[in-house]
Amino acid sequence: MPGTKEIRTKIASVKSTQKITKAMEMVAASKMRRAQERMRLARPYADKIRVVIGHLNQAHPDYKHPFLVEREPKSIGVIVVSTDRGLCGALNTNVFKSTLMLMREWQGKGAKLNFCLLGTKSVGFFRRLGVPILASMTGIGDRPHVKDLLGSVKVMLDAYRDGTIDRLFIVNAEFVNTMTQKPAVTQLLPVQTLDGDDLQERWDYIYEPNAAEILDGVLMRYIESQVYRGAVESVACEMSARMVAMKAASDNAGKLIGDLQLVYNKARQAAITKELAEIVGGAAAV
Amino acid sequence: MAADSTIHCDIVSAEGEIFSGPAKMVFVPAMQGEIGIAPRHAPLLTMIKSGEVRVQTADGQEQFFFVGGGALEVQPKKVTVLADTAVRAKDMDEAAALEAKQRAEEALKGNIDKIEQAEALAELARAAAQLKMIQKLRKIKG
Repeated sequence: MPGTKEIRTKIASVKSTQKITKAMEMVAASKMRRAQERMRLARPYADKIRVVIGHLNQAHPDYKHPFLVEREPKSIGVIVVSTDRGLCGALNTNVFKSTLMLMREWQGKGAKLNFCLLGTKSVGFFRRLGVPILASMTGIGDRPHVKDLLGSVKVMLDAYRDGTIDRLFIVNAEFVNTMTQKPAVTQLLPVQTLDGDDLQERWDYIYEPNAAEILDGVLMRYIESQVYRGAVESVACEMSARMVAMKAASDNAGKLIGDLQLVYNKARQAAITKELAEIVGGAAAV
Repeated sequence: MAADSTIHCDIVSAEGEIFSGPAKMVFVPAMQGEIGIAPRHAPLLTMIKSGEVRVQTADGQEQFFFVGGGALEVQPKKVTVLADTAVRAKDMDEAAALEAKQRAEEALKGNIDKIEQAEALAELARAAAQLKMIQKLRKIKG
């Protein structure tokens, strides 16, 4: 049986760990609320630009932008969105797992893969794997800005334009609800046919200055908004995953403290009994 | 005929909705000069420059918004301004791309001066546009 002092120290240490996990849980909870709000704010733009592209698809069938044309996939680009920090359960592991599955699938078809990594965790993971990395971006923070993501996205779009990659995917954690996050793989390029709404007659836009340039601008913004959405969603997932993980850790710490307290009480009782027996024994000897 | 005398106007950016509601007239700094959009405008698609978007709301008031560029879609009953949150000059995008590449290679050699210059220029352009708008607002108030 360990000494009472050791158990006491152990209890104190678990208690201080519990304090930290509890604090992290609360911080994550408040950050999660804000992240969810940002996710909600990003929705109108994504919806509107989707509608515009839907219109475009219907309105102008004779000009085909490279982003809309299907090519034979010889090389694949993947944007992986992960978190910057750990302690958020299996979130990143799940994202990497589905990335690896995607990787295996395309390697099976004889395609090469190129990566664009957002977040410290993915950079660490894929660097160890030794796969070709075209661009990376770390330190996204709790509030991702479109501005910060543009550089990395442009690298991938340029790679698509010059034929280095023939298809572009994004893998990120998808926010289902506070308790559930699941990895999602979405194809960004070529842009998959979007269903337009009820504009039945034939019509066309007035393009200023010309269709090609505008299509380029709008499609680029569309991809960027998708990547931004991925990043924002990933932050919301990170926060809720961390909240849940830290709650579990705090609960476990509580249980551990309870068990240790029991052992401690037993040890203390045993020590007292032993001492008493010794005193009685000593008195009897005299 | 209230529905015919107004046009629904949405101004959104990737990081949030800026304005949504009926308008009598919308003025937008399009790529080839400022344009005014009245209800039942022909379908139009164009890019916009950084500057101010003016919305005449249904009750005759004017509202100003600063946008750093973006895209504009016009349908007969609807105007959608897809505003960029970031100021994007061509150099700026180039610089950001360069930066991302460099980070990937983890070899930052030279070129920093160019990036800084592009950043400063874009910052300057934005500041100038904002200043112009502030001055305009002042004139209206004063």
